[in-house]
Amino acid sequence: MSFQDVKPLLKVEELSHYYGQQLGCRDINFELYPGEVLAIVGESGSGKSTLLNCLSTQINPTMGKAYYRFADGRVENLYEMSEADQRTLLRTDWGFVHQHPRDGLRMGVSAGANVGERLMALGHRHYDNLRSTAIDWLSRVEIDADRVDDAPRTFSGGMQQRLQIARNLVTNPRLVFMDEPTGGLDVSVQARLLDLIRKLVSDLGLSIIIVTHDLAVARLLSHRIMVMKGGEVIEQGLTDQVLDDPHQAYTQLLVSSILQVGT
Amino acid sequence: MSLAEISTEQDAYNFAYLDEQTKRMIRRAILKGIAIPGYQVPFAAREMPMPYGWGTGGVQVTASILGPDDTLKVIDQGSDDTTNAVAIRNFFAVTSGVEMTMKTSEASVIQTRHRIPEEELTEDQTLIYQVPIPEPLRFLEPRETETRKMHALSEYGLMHVKLYEDIATHGHIATTYAYPVMVEGRYVMDPSPTPKFDNPKMHKNRALQLFGAGREKRIYALPPFTDVVSLDFEDHPFQIQEWPDTCCAMCGAKDVYFDEVILDNEGSRMFVCSDSDYCETRQADGHYGEMHAEYKERIQ
Repeated sequence: MSFQDVKPLLKVEELSHYYGQQLGCRDINFELYPGEVLAIVGESGSGKSTLLNCLSTQINPTMGKAYYRFADGRVENLYEMSEADQRTLLRTDWGFVHQHPRDGLRMGVSAGANVGERLMALGHRHYDNLRSTAIDWLSRVEIDADRVDDAPRTFSGGMQQRLQIARNLVTNPRLVFMDEPTGGLDVSVQARLLDLIRKLVSDLGLSIIIVTHDLAVARLLSHRIMVMKGGEVIEQGLTDQVLDDPHQAYTQLLVSSILQVGT
Repeated sequence: MSLAEISTEQDAYNFAYLDEQTKRMIRRAILKGIAIPGYQVPFAAREMPMPYGWGTGGVQVTASILGPDDTLKVIDQGSDDTTNAVAIRNFFAVTSGVEMTMKTSEASVIQTRHRIPEEELTEDQTLIYQVPIPEPLRFLEPRETETRKMHALSEYGLMHVKLYEDIATHGHIATTYAYPVMVEGRYVMDPSPTPKFDNPKMHKNRALQLFGAGREKRIYALPPFTDVVSLDFEDHPFQIQEWPDTCCAMCGAKDVYFDEVILDNEGSRMFVCSDSDYCETRQADGHYGEMHAEYKERIQ
């Protein structure tokens, strides 16, 4: 397969969303290729979370289309699929990592049940297999196997976030949405989590759309970057290119406002 | 000579308490429930002259299907003579005047709080359950909008999360009542707080089974001969409780559901059938348990 034959996993055309009169995001166009990590950066209220929610079909956009290529090669507009299909997609072929682990986890049930939930939804009915799969995934996200029966509320913030990732990846999704996954974590835990995500991306060939306001996270993880302001994409390109040579005044401001420690 | 014959005054109550329009509304909900086994049909539950939790849902269903020719039996945890059963039986004795019975085989309508009679039911009978919380997914998913969607799309992975959690915590499925069932391979249903011992009796039962939840305003139904399968795991199959060494102290029955009765301050105790009619029928047929003689002597 030559480079030209690689077809985009997701193709977004003229996507706009309004909350009544209020602009959420406008005229978004981009393509995402398999194995690619796309960062969406911007300040609060720039429309990045709206865009993420539209892409993950949690809200139906006012206008526009998003074509998704399924594993079997079939391409469908996400917004014309039935709700049943959308929900199936979201819990099998996709993952969604929330900023707050409590939004993405079931805090009342054990870590093992959290990891196994998607599999049980797919019809897995063998307890021992479910449990060993859960233990396997916990070790892949660096959580001790003996924590498998503990409830997530006994976990630290970083562990909860890693558990959330494990819970999403257990069905081998092809596309994962992440909303500020390193948001509430301290710097050293953040660094380990980013390392882990990078490793998983390269091991599993995941595509990721990650929303962040932290340019360092974008720099470390993403191949491409989209800068949003006021609901629109004002600049996009290869991450290194955009961050090293920002064209838009706003992007320049963002890049220059990164806190430099030391020299 | 009855009151109706000597008086020209109208009865104080409409037959079986509820007005005819309300009964009609409830019957429509029941018919819809029967048409879609296991599906929770919303209905405009009325306020009843008893508190929520005392079976207002079951009472409304019973009141709606009861006719003058019916024979009613009311049980509470299998027994005809416990508080809830007595209260509801008196209520219908006053408001409908239908014939009351304690014999399972003679009843055409049986309202129950939780237990299913040990004696096998027939095509001519209707079993009505009082249901406190009709939504099996409720404690895992608090949003009603979401649980309705999950039922609509048959997304029941969550139900197994609960059973998984049971095994992870206790080593076995520790849910012993309100054990979730799959109805006709489509809807997951909460069989009210029925002990799981009775779950197999729901499967392909000859009687019509109706479920009424008054506070939550839901009615659901199992038509006769409906598939009712208790959820489980391949390596942890559904099992009912067994008490191989226990038999009823009064009638000697085995393989039934028991009540434990404390006898004195020394902690001595006996086990008797939870289904009082079943126990008495067996005693009348000459089956006696080890404490039967002593008991008869004491009540002399």
